[in-house]
Amino acid sequence: MSDGNSGQQFDRLPSTPDEREVEGRASRREVVDWWTERFAVPPETFDGIAFWEKGAGKVWAFAGEVDSPVRIEGLGMAFMRTRQEHWKPTTEAAQRFGAEAERNVIRLTREQADRFVAGEDQAIDWDGDWGYLIAAHGLAGTDAPLGVGLYLHGELRSRIPKGRRREF
Amino acid sequence: METLERYRPVIDDFEAFLGACRRPLPSAVRVNPIKASVGEVTAAFDEAGVGWEQAAWNDRVMTVDTDRPGNTWPYFHGWVHGQEVVSSLPATVLDPDPGERVWDAAAAPGSKTTHLAALMDDRGLLVANDSNLGRLSALRSNAERLGVTNVAVTNRDARNFSLKPFGGEPFDRALVDAPCSCEGTIRKNPDALDEWDLRHVRGVAGVQKGILRRAVQATREGGTVVYSTCTFAPEENEGVLDHVLGEEDCRLVETGLEVECAPGVTEWEGEEYDESVRKAARIYPQFRDTGGFFVAKLEVTA
Ligand SMILES: C[S@@+](CC[C@H](N)C(=O)[O-])C[C@H]1O[C@@H](n2cnc3c(N)ncnc32)[C@H](O)[C@@H]1O
Repeated sequence: MSDGNSGQQFDRLPSTPDEREVEGRASRREVVDWWTERFAVPPETFDGIAFWEKGAGKVWAFAGEVDSPVRIEGLGMAFMRTRQEHWKPTTEAAQRFGAEAERNVIRLTREQADRFVAGEDQAIDWDGDWGYLIAAHGLAGTDAPLGVGLYLHGELRSRIPKGRRREF
Repeated sequence: METLERYRPVIDDFEAFLGACRRPLPSAVRVNPIKASVGEVTAAFDEAGVGWEQAAWNDRVMTVDTDRPGNTWPYFHGWVHGQEVVSSLPATVLDPDPGERVWDAAAAPGSKTTHLAALMDDRGLLVANDSNLGRLSALRSNAERLGVTNVAVTNRDARNFSLKPFGGEPFDRALVDAPCSCEGTIRKNPDALDEWDLRHVRGVAGVQKGILRRAVQATREGGTVVYSTCTFAPEENEGVLDHVLGEEDCRLVETGLEVECAPGVTEWEGEEYDESVRKAARIYPQFRDTGGFFVAKLEVTA
């Protein structure tokens, strides 16, 4: 049993909202549904992956089996932020799972991709939803996801974290 | 280079060895199949005009014609990891299967951890441990960039590692890529030998013995443990194996590597080691234009 939410340990998300024991914690179903609704990522993409919370709202994706809760340094991949109005995937989640996305993917030219990974904001036309988008570009015949951008008022704001930025 | 003179008695064609140690090392990457295929990676390098050449023994390992593989699109996307050619050997020898439980005892910054995850198809449990917290944060960012989701990260002294967070169950396989005197990295870091000191070699050998013993204990009967270093010193290689063979239930088996290598040495400065240490592989820089490396495979017998 978890005594709430702690920054020191990882707690597995409940499968469904009905099994929720900790106030405000997302459930696995809500997480998977969110990716389906927002990005049309097929739910089976996440088969075999459990989601865990460490610290309020930070969700991790982990393919292994361990008992919950567990107090260790890391568990799988930092995956997304919940417990805020607009949930937000991490760069790494967008890169790993965004290749399956069919909605809210903004395709950039090479020049726009260069600016995006350098961390720059840029004016770009886009007819779709506002909010967090997956930015991608063509590489070696694939549609390669770069990371997450925030689209507002005709502008794509790069959300590539500092340590991940590159200037080509 | 004077430090290396002590190996004249055990290395054939010692002049070729010294010559190779003086040459800079070509840049190399390992393709990360969790995120991309070999074909996608080579096509992306071609698009960028970066030359590449695959290793004869593994088509996912390649040398690349750039000093900064970190500044290429395949790197940004986690399609490749910048990693010396010989650094791909230990995971290849350990050869884990998807779904297994695997322990990487001295894992940071994660070159071998991420290779193990790839060989496991990112399925099963891969526990990456290191005693150095700062280096663990580098491991975490490498694992995340490469899209790894099956790794659990711990910050313990591997010599008394606890299985408790992992249900108390032993592992199927363990890798000990030990802290060492790093002589074999001389081509990458020309000052690698500046601080060389026999007392340090002996001290670090003590740590290596402790970690390898714990790895054998934490692995199930019939399981596999791989021991590797990037140094030539027999005190840190065959000497460590000899000690652990005597203390724990295990035996040496062939590495199965298809790379040019020399056998482990059984005599060194008046010491004699168990004959079976010949099964270990010594990779010298002059063989295939790589860094220096040592790798051995053990089977746990009880
Ligand atoms: C050769 S490096 C490992 C390289 C790593 N396997 C890779 O491929 O990226 C050796 C590591 O052992 C760690 N180390 C040293 N003593 C240790 C101990 N007693 N327990 C666990 N890790 C230790 C060091 O912090 C260092 O990161």
